[in-house]
Amino acid sequence: MSWDQILNLLISALFSIATLALISLGLAVVFGMMKIINLAHGEFLMLGAFATLTANRLGLPLWLSMVCAPVVVGVIGLVLERGIIRHLYGRIIDTMLATWGISLVLVQLVVIAYGPATQGLATPLGSFRLGNYSVSAYSLFLVAAAGGLVVLTYVLFMRTKYGLMARAASQLPQTASALGINAGRINMLTFAVGSALSGAAGALLAPVVGVVPSMGMAFIAKAFMTVIVGGPLVLSGAMSAAALLGSVDNVVSYLSTPFLGQGALLVISIVLLRLMPNGLSGKWRRQL
Amino acid sequence: MLRKSLNTRLALLFIGAVAIMIAAGCGGSGSTTTTTAASPAASTGSSAAPATTTATPSGEPIKVGSILDETGAINVYGKTMIDATNLAIEDINAKGGVLGRPLQLVSYDAQSTNDKYTQYTNQLILQDKVAVLMGGITSASREAMRPVIDRSHALYFYNEQYEGGVADKLVFLTGVVPEQQLSTLIPWAIKNDGPKMYVIAADYNYGHISADWVKQYADKNGGTVVGQEFIPLEVSDFGATLSKIQEAKPDVIVSLLVGGNHIAFYRQWAAAGLKDKLPVVSATFGLGNEQVVLSPSEAQGIVVAYPYFQELDTPANKDFVALWHAKFGADYPYITDSDNAVWTGWHLWAAAANKAGSVDVDKVIAALESGIDFDSPEGKVSLDPKTHHLVHNVRIAKVNATKGFDILETFDNVAPNVYIDLTQNSTAHTQYTPGGK
Repeated sequence: MSWDQILNLLISALFSIATLALISLGLAVVFGMMKIINLAHGEFLMLGAFATLTANRLGLPLWLSMVCAPVVVGVIGLVLERGIIRHLYGRIIDTMLATWGISLVLVQLVVIAYGPATQGLATPLGSFRLGNYSVSAYSLFLVAAAGGLVVLTYVLFMRTKYGLMARAASQLPQTASALGINAGRINMLTFAVGSALSGAAGALLAPVVGVVPSMGMAFIAKAFMTVIVGGPLVLSGAMSAAALLGSVDNVVSYLSTPFLGQGALLVISIVLLRLMPNGLSGKWRRQL
Repeated sequence: MLRKSLNTRLALLFIGAVAIMIAAGCGGSGSTTTTTAASPAASTGSSAAPATTTATPSGEPIKVGSILDETGAINVYGKTMIDATNLAIEDINAKGGVLGRPLQLVSYDAQSTNDKYTQYTNQLILQDKVAVLMGGITSASREAMRPVIDRSHALYFYNEQYEGGVADKLVFLTGVVPEQQLSTLIPWAIKNDGPKMYVIAADYNYGHISADWVKQYADKNGGTVVGQEFIPLEVSDFGATLSKIQEAKPDVIVSLLVGGNHIAFYRQWAAAGLKDKLPVVSATFGLGNEQVVLSPSEAQGIVVAYPYFQELDTPANKDFVALWHAKFGADYPYITDSDNAVWTGWHLWAAAANKAGSVDVDKVIAALESGIDFDSPEGKVSLDPKTHHLVHNVRIAKVNATKGFDILETFDNVAPNVYIDLTQNSTAHTQYTPGGK
């Protein structure tokens, strides 16, 4: 293998990993910190993409439009948490049913507002040359942005007062309440943070995929798979799973066909969960 | 305690994931649709007839059926074909209907799922008792409908570009086929771009059979296929594919990609800076208005071959476009080749039924096989009785800077391949492929 071939494969694998990390980050936060199985997660990604598209069509530059998306989706998440989800804490099956319903409503609302057809944003930033290959500069930006979001999430939960309270409320809710932490308020914020992360992921993916109301479907199965394989640690677990599954998918697709790449992703997940029922991070001694 | 709760959480997460899969299996986004299943066209009937017509249709309406995808992954093609269907029915009624009676359209949204096609085909035949069925978009959906058609001895029109070779007494196909589309496009690509081709195709029967055709036409014209790849319809990450294409160093990419997710290929191809280095020719680009969804900086220069383009400068097309814009607005994105096929399909059936003096299946087939011409938007087309396909006028065109096409070359009266003479064989229900049979 020549250097350009290896570098190109590396960038392409990093892109797959970053995509998986982005689509599973918000889900990991909401599930890991709050034990809520958010079946509307894919629709939050979709809303992020549509928020970017709308802001861009209203005349905002693309980068500013992308910044709008987490704000918009975070607010939508906040409203849904206050209106519906907070009444269902501790009732996992009921939350699943409620978020499933929310996902159907969100898809239909977007179909009514935008129509069912695929829309799009042109990919910005152009390309650069790498030996015999030509590579999109945006794919590197996407990788960097995914890394940035992961670091941001880490800092938020490990270095801020809110993060400390959120982890306390998540691990020992009774003790946290006894110490005066308002669990309801913390949960509200955590759900909004998870939604905003999903919105940011949707915004970042909007210029590389087709933006369509049903796009959440394409992502949610992969997002759940990443979070399950990741195990109990919100950030390190899900991100290691993204790194593992993303590189397997990419390398197998490259060596054989995209069809087998998708298959390998599923096989690896099944084998891993058979060998490590609690996920990759099941025995790790970390905090996040 | 901690361990147990973890296991419970994981188990529940699994249930959640399974629920998603099941729901996705029930019809992708289509399962979420609220579109009314049966929606007889509101605008049909005698009131649609303008003052200039010679006869106003009256009497008992004739029920006709259509199944297309208004929602789901294939709706990029379905939306505009549904508009074409409604316009064609309205036009036929405005011109006096069939046998002096108005047509009443019964239409269903198959939500991009093949089992819905089977279900609604049964429903249209058994419950609605329609005189003719049209519809199906992907070749998979056509093959889901065809066994039901054959079993029930119904009359069926498939109005979409496809991989060719269907020979079925009960089926008429108005779309362009490889011996018309690839036989012109592949030699053009070899001559203008170079002999080495890389084929990327959707991973179902259309893509596989068409890729075989590409190979055959490449071999015949001095080209070679240096690589081919089949992409599942759900895939929208083309990173690995683009790497492999660049390694194979082809002169031209032949795209047989299908559906909304695959639009991402053109975007990622342009973003990687390959647009000006590695040209794309396609047998499917544009049918889903990809050139409208993508920006000119991404799509300009992609070369396609179809019988119909909105830009065609013929009187029949001018009237067609004017009628279309009067109904759906002048800002309509683009009228596709599929719309031309749908329009032509309905008018051919109406002409044949009028000629036969009946809507009886066998009598209409006899009339269709008697040699019927139609002044379609693509120009004059004739139905070839032996194959039940159309003799098409094929154009090669290039995406321009204004989200439309510039026509480069025209091939008049390109005939379909004859595999079996359907006028002599009333029991054929088969499909011929380049691989054999």
